[in-house]
Amino acid sequence: MKGFIYLPGVVTLELDIEKCNGCRMCMMVCPHAVFEMENKRAVIRNKDFCMECGACAKNCQPGAIIVKSGVGCAAGIINGLIRGTEPSCDCSSGESCC
Amino acid sequence: MLYRRTGGRLPLSGRRGGRGGEVITSGQADKQTSRQADKYMNSGFITGYIQTKSGTVPQIAATWSWRDRLNTMKVRWSVGRMNYRVFPGIYAVGTPDRSSRVFVTGNFKLSFDHLRRALNGLDAWILVIDSKGINVWCAAGKGTFGTKEVVRRIRIHHLDQLIDHRKIILPQLSATGVAAHEVKRMTGFSVIYGPVKATDIKPFIDAGLKASEALRRIRFPLVERMKLIPVDMFYGKYYMLAVPVVFLIFAGFTPEGYSFEDMLNPGWKSTVNLFSGYFSGCILTPALLPWIPFRRFSLKGLAMGWLVAVLLASLNLLGTGLTEMISWFLMIGGLSSFMAMNFTGSSTFTSLSGVQKEMKTALPAQISMVSLGLAGWILTRFTDL
Repeated sequence: MKGFIYLPGVVTLELDIEKCNGCRMCMMVCPHAVFEMENKRAVIRNKDFCMECGACAKNCQPGAIIVKSGVGCAAGIINGLIRGTEPSCDCSSGESCC
Repeated sequence: MLYRRTGGRLPLSGRRGGRGGEVITSGQADKQTSRQADKYMNSGFITGYIQTKSGTVPQIAATWSWRDRLNTMKVRWSVGRMNYRVFPGIYAVGTPDRSSRVFVTGNFKLSFDHLRRALNGLDAWILVIDSKGINVWCAAGKGTFGTKEVVRRIRIHHLDQLIDHRKIILPQLSATGVAAHEVKRMTGFSVIYGPVKATDIKPFIDAGLKASEALRRIRFPLVERMKLIPVDMFYGKYYMLAVPVVFLIFAGFTPEGYSFEDMLNPGWKSTVNLFSGYFSGCILTPALLPWIPFRRFSLKGLAMGWLVAVLLASLNLLGTGLTEMISWFLMIGGLSSFMAMNFTGSSTFTSLSGVQKEMKTALPAQISMVSLGLAGWILTRFTDL
């Protein structure tokens, strides 16, 4: 079951190594082992494993990580298209979702 | 310091009577949430109450009752899924004290149940935040399980008075919504992210509150894919009944006029074909996901749909004429492809950018296939094609 990879080369994840303070938080929160430590700083090891959940950027205190995060969910994107909003699975209104 | 165990019911303000009652913890519930309490589920998991400095805390069972199991099954099949909640607040597993660990989770009862079961045999506090009854990951993605709510719950339940240390353990998948450094800044509590799965909490504790890389990775094995299949199966809702009926009605049209006999036979075949396409996309494709070639879910679904269509053709279910057969191939393929693409929402590895890219070509293709197939099939009703 190793290595489910989705489409390559589409992920919006970016890391500014200059800003990294080496706290390792991105490594701790990433569910797909995208990051690795190199010379006490984070580097992106497996970019195509990224599912743009945004956990790393959210927990990066110096703000070294940028990613356009959102739901990687077709139904959510269709919801967004219909309503002209950002993709949203709309869980709270009682509709079925993720 | 030891807490006095009361065991029985306490004259706690706001708490309702009744066996087990609605759970309002720490005496902190405001009136509005206390009214909402009627909607919250309690399958009798409360075994007693403990008095603490931050209020009365329900003590809960760390095992599942048959009712928990039954309800879990129902929720997996979408029965009452959107309203399966526990009341937010503090709960006690075992007999925790001022140095015990605090585990934070959302108020979707399935999340809560998995956590308390994983803590069996330990003495620990559980802080349930209001994630609006949504699972941790989805709630974190939406921001409901977020920094603000975690901070709010720490404050209104007076966590600082309950324990001496200043650490809380959050599920790793909540990190999408929670900024650990912000929580620290606003409350003084350090956030430690635990493992992805509650069942890995014990190894996580044994390793000194460190989740090894294996515990931090999210996987998507067959068992977990199967658990999520029922959710997508009901995507079609009442259309699953309406569409086959419309097909049955149309099946009665023949070039010679309307025939009720044709409506049922071969009309029934259209129902079989439709459901085959639908289930090929939402059951077969998810189950066989890693073994089907292609990265795009829509292509995986299309491949499975056509495989199923070949099978149906060999059973003479796709009609006799070439036009009808091609029409069914288009409809089954399009339907299966669309349903498979929907599974991206259940999967644990698809990115928004990826799904958007996939949909840009897949959605128009799916719509064209189904419309073209539909048009072709209706044509065969009225002509000798």
